[in-house]
Amino acid sequence: MTRFSSGDTVQVLALGKTGHVRIPHYIRHKIGRIVGYCGTYLNPEDLAVGNTSGRAVDLYRVAFSQARLWPNELVPQQDMLVIEIYDHWLTHVEETADAPRSR
Amino acid sequence: MPHDHGEHESLVIEDEAGNIEAQIIVDALQSVLVKKGLLTAHEVTAAIAKLESPGLHLGAKIVAKAWKDPAYRARLLSDGRAAVQELDIPVTEARIIVVENTACVHNLITCTLCSCYPRSILGQPPSWYISKAYRARSVREPRRVLAEFGLDLPEDVQLVVHDSNADMRYLVLPEPPAGVEDLAPSEMEKMISRDHLIGVARAVK
Repeated sequence: MTRFSSGDTVQVLALGKTGHVRIPHYIRHKIGRIVGYCGTYLNPEDLAVGNTSGRAVDLYRVAFSQARLWPNELVPQQDMLVIEIYDHWLTHVEETADAPRSR
Repeated sequence: MPHDHGEHESLVIEDEAGNIEAQIIVDALQSVLVKKGLLTAHEVTAAIAKLESPGLHLGAKIVAKAWKDPAYRARLLSDGRAAVQELDIPVTEARIIVVENTACVHNLITCTLCSCYPRSILGQPPSWYISKAYRARSVREPRRVLAEFGLDLPEDVQLVVHDSNADMRYLVLPEPPAGVEDLAPSEMEKMISRDHLIGVARAVK
């Protein structure tokens, strides 16, 4: 049983980790929707420092509205960005009309 | 250093003109390893040949088969890796996700963090794909990037950008050209370019 399912509204955390993290800054704090489950993978944050015995983590594909990612750009409403986010970088959020565009 | 990068990340291959420092280091390392008998020049050449042996022809073969065979297309879209392996293409990536262009959807592949690319199918990525400009702009202003590639995507076509930032690798399945049923696979393969499979080109003709 995974923590998130397709359709869930999620926010990408800003964990402030240093080192080899695979969650780019432009997506941190942003609110999106789970669109796929990729399986479990060794955490690249562990692998980068030679730790191959860390716990495998769930990886999801998460979709974001481009208009929401780049509020200052003129972007067609339907355009999307899909990116892979590891479980520990995600949290559930309620999708509301006044949900922050970004923080 | 030809220019000062300050605190920024060092040595990313940016263009053909600059950043030869990495090449100098690699050459020096190779020469030391060869002198110590740990490596032969032949082994280096063989490794390069292996890296370069996949290429567009494999990607074109996959797409042509998907256009001709609806059952294969369905398998390709549900499990890209397994479907590619059916064609005796050895896949080294954990998973291949094939994203399909339709009349109302266009897909574009990028890797904002480095240069992730379906190398076991397409070989090495083009230099623009690993440039910082493409990596940044493909997510921030993808329609402008497409326009610079000569693709003016209509506003009513949904653009979906896929950032291959982690373990997945992506391949675009372009829309088949008109009259595809009358084409032989070899003819189709000639019409398919690497740019179609990354998504910086759309119409196959």
